[in-house]
Amino acid sequence: MSDIILETQNLSRHFGALMAVDDVTLQFERSLVYAVLGPNGAGKTTLINLLSGEIMPSGGSIRFKDQDITNLPANAVSQLGIGRSFQKTNIFPNFTCFENCRLAAQSRMKGSFSFFKPALSYRQINQQAERALEMCGLSMRCHTLAQAMSYGEQRQLEIGMMLATGPELLLLDEPLAGMGADESLKVIELLRRLAKEHTLILIEHDMDAVFAVADRLAVMVNGRLLETGTVAEVRASKAVQEAYLGAEDEH
Amino acid sequence: MYRISRPSLVILLVMAIGLALYPFVGESYYIRLMTKIMALGIFAMSLDLLIGFTGLISLGHAAFFGVASYVVAWYIVKAGVTNALFMLPTAVAVSGLCALVIGWLSIRTSGIYFIMITLAFAQMLHAFFKDQSYWGGTDGFNFYTKPNLAIGDTVLLDLGNKVTLYYVTFALMVATFVFLAVLLHSPFGRAIQGVKVNEGRMRAMGYNVRNLKLMSFVIAGMLAGVAGFIEATRTAYVNPEMMSWHASGNVMVMVILGGMGTLYGPILGALALTLLGDNISSLWDHWLLIMGAFVIAVVMFLPEGIAGLIEGVTQKFGKKPPPKEETEP
Ligand SMILES: Nc1ncnc2c1ncn2[C@@H]1O[C@H](COP(=O)(O)OP(=O)(O)OP(=O)(O)O)[C@@H](O)[C@H]1O
Ligand SMILES: [Mg+2]
Repeated sequence: MSDIILETQNLSRHFGALMAVDDVTLQFERSLVYAVLGPNGAGKTTLINLLSGEIMPSGGSIRFKDQDITNLPANAVSQLGIGRSFQKTNIFPNFTCFENCRLAAQSRMKGSFSFFKPALSYRQINQQAERALEMCGLSMRCHTLAQAMSYGEQRQLEIGMMLATGPELLLLDEPLAGMGADESLKVIELLRRLAKEHTLILIEHDMDAVFAVADRLAVMVNGRLLETGTVAEVRASKAVQEAYLGAEDEH
Repeated sequence: MYRISRPSLVILLVMAIGLALYPFVGESYYIRLMTKIMALGIFAMSLDLLIGFTGLISLGHAAFFGVASYVVAWYIVKAGVTNALFMLPTAVAVSGLCALVIGWLSIRTSGIYFIMITLAFAQMLHAFFKDQSYWGGTDGFNFYTKPNLAIGDTVLLDLGNKVTLYYVTFALMVATFVFLAVLLHSPFGRAIQGVKVNEGRMRAMGYNVRNLKLMSFVIAGMLAGVAGFIEATRTAYVNPEMMSWHASGNVMVMVILGGMGTLYGPILGALALTLLGDNISSLWDHWLLIMGAFVIAVVMFLPEGIAGLIEGVTQKFGKKPPPKEETEP
């Protein structure tokens, strides 16, 4: 029971009259891979935004490892070891790939950082950034400006920056969106590797990817949690078949 | 990410040598004018830290310049102290403190609100000094003794001497430049540049963006205080207009004109704007009109300011610029 790394209680968030996330109670077990599914506008990104502290809930609570993080801002949540990647690429376009990851790694610098020592002289931070670049497959793009890379590569960098902060729980918002087939395969491979040492919460429309990596599924529709369970359970669920999987060819 | 290209580094060195030798040939009037320009250069560089590197568009930066000037006046007029050894640190500390308070309150806002709130705070300070007769009211203070740098009874530097003040200002300007260049390469400097580019992502990666902005705001305020100290020393005159929105707008124009985010650009902006004002204002009463047209022309045709022009020209005349990034993996 103590192996629940993250849980939400009646978590809600509305925008005006719209219930983007409506009364969601979920538990995430350590070192499993969760996939959150649902049609466009179901509230998946909003859920991630709530979990990562990006936006504040209208109701309910969130616990991470026995700590109430409901009202913590995004930077505090990140410092606790929850990393996230964004659906809409959210990088530093005019910095090099390396600097994007280095800046991410630098956020973990212990104590107050120096005003005079060159940033590049911190070996450990540099190594952390290089490792993240290697993991996301961008080592050879180290000195390329992020804006000069292809969209798919920018998506890879998006993941690399999250990894450079060394998180324990990863929130991935459609990591494969906009990637070519080759890149997708590489990233799915990466997700599998990450799954060995991390807890993953993944939003993804690509069903092949989901079935390839996910241990558990959660299906959302109109802000509500429709079904949770193992892949087989959810696949068998009548409600899900009607509401979502049945309409899969829309996506 | 801030870096100085090699050609502009050469130009900067040549300029520095020129400035170092100038008092040997320059007329007295121009030595004083150059001192003013260098003080404004420090002032403009400090604002560039905010606008060009942190992405904080402050329209109240003159507040910190003005407050430091008033510290100088207070020491001389009210306390009878002329030693810069006390004055400069106090001036910088008071500016920093004001920046801490104003920054702490304003940094909660962003965009247009930040611009307005910094403007409002500066106007409040302006109104305060204007209203209080203790602080000299509208007239401010004229003082006749000038600061000096002394240890015990030995006067090391007499800042009333215009050549001495010129060199002290020159040294402070170079020190400010080096300080900021080093700062911008430090983890802190990289972080604030990240804030400018993508504040949201910085927060998501775990940075306390508000603290970073506040630190930058305070450092910029303190450097503006250094400039205010020099200017009060140079003119032996302070008045509330030093912190009016005109003054804040003026230094912002210097930054934009010179090229924001270039550090040395704002010094050139201070030079261009001051020389221009100095020359046209004596020719024609409506000189602000010409000045306005000039600023518009620069902004339209040189969006990266004078420094951008220099970078462009040196690249053309230099060897083929090294390829910035590979296109093929
Ligand atoms: N900041 C906001 N202000 C107002 N409405 C919002 C905001 N963010 C999201 N919404 C609305 O909330 C609903 C859920 O949006 P959300 O982005 O969470 O969906 P999603 O499941 O991630 O969809 P997609 O698959 O398209 O990414 C949508 O109707 C959206 O328009
Ligand atoms: Mg989404």
